Amino acid sequence: MSFMNLNIYDFYQKMESNDIMLSFKGDVTAEMLTSMLQIMETKLENLGEGSKVKRKVYNVLVECLQNLYHHRDEMKRKGIDEESAAIFMIGRDDSSYNIVTGNYILADRVSKLKSRIDQVNSLDRDGLKSLYKEVLNNDERSEKGGSGLGIIDIARKSKQKLVYDFMDVDDTYSFFSLYIKIPQK
Amino acid sequence: MGKISIEGTSKTPTVLFDSDAGLMELKGRSIPENSIEFYKPIVESLDEYSKGPKAATKVEIQLEYFNTSSSKCILDLFKKLEAIHKAGNEVLINWYYEEDDEDMLEAGEDYQAIIKVPFTMIEVEEE
Repeated sequence: MSFMNLNIYDFYQKMESNDIMLSFKGDVTAEMLTSMLQIMETKLENLGEGSKVKRKVYNVLVECLQNLYHHRDEMKRKGIDEESAAIFMIGRDDSSYNIVTGNYILADRVSKLKSRIDQVNSLDRDGLKSLYKEVLNNDERSEKGGSGLGIIDIARKSKQKLVYDFMDVDDTYSFFSLYIKIPQK
Repeated sequence: MGKISIEGTSKTPTVLFDSDAGLMELKGRSIPENSIEFYKPIVESLDEYSKGPKAATKVEIQLEYFNTSSSKCILDLFKKLEAIHKAGNEVLINWYYEEDDEDMLEAGEDYQAIIKVPFTMIEVEEE
């Protein structure tokens, strides 16, 4: 599709109907992450959202965006430049805030991530609490402190099952999408 | 021994560690991308302190937000405190949470379950 054929009205309508508050495609750098968090904090403030929901949305946003950031960092360290960008959107409807993230992932990493999310989705509140404590208390962590706790934390705070998809791109890459719903109670 | 005093930012907490007074405080937000780097000097000072701690050590944790990457570093601090306590010294951790912040209350309870140190949950009114 050439740029001139891009139907911007169609884009606008889609964003409008999903009440998209912020949308981004590109490299999630530390600066970008900070800016996005600032924008969202102001937006949530301006909407007059209650502190309970505001805190949950902000917390989940931090984990989502930092997941994208650490993932990009890891891809860069492996010398992968082209596929290090990501997409992120947050919108809202009458009952919830909705976040979607998308990024390339090495195909050989799919099964591990998939089984972690399936495990998280299979657990109830107490099960998630136990898993969180177990992962928190083990000594595994990456050099910057990432530890696989993010996904568990997102599930605990949103109190919803995580919806995800892995789309095969080619032999090397898969495209991972994660949909998160945070109820506005 | 020395003092640590770090002013808070939108991503990192205000940290005070006064080893002469046996007092440590963490307040504000702890959501840095690289939490290991941020917590390293604090963990190191506490490690140094543990060689000759005061008879009583008090730790005040009053966080608005913290990310999962900080949660491991906070556990590192607590484990050092656990060792100080195990060696026969008095240690108290006060964990503050705002009245409607169930997530912060639960986070405190998670640590309380892992660490064998007197741990008090303190509810504060919303600002």
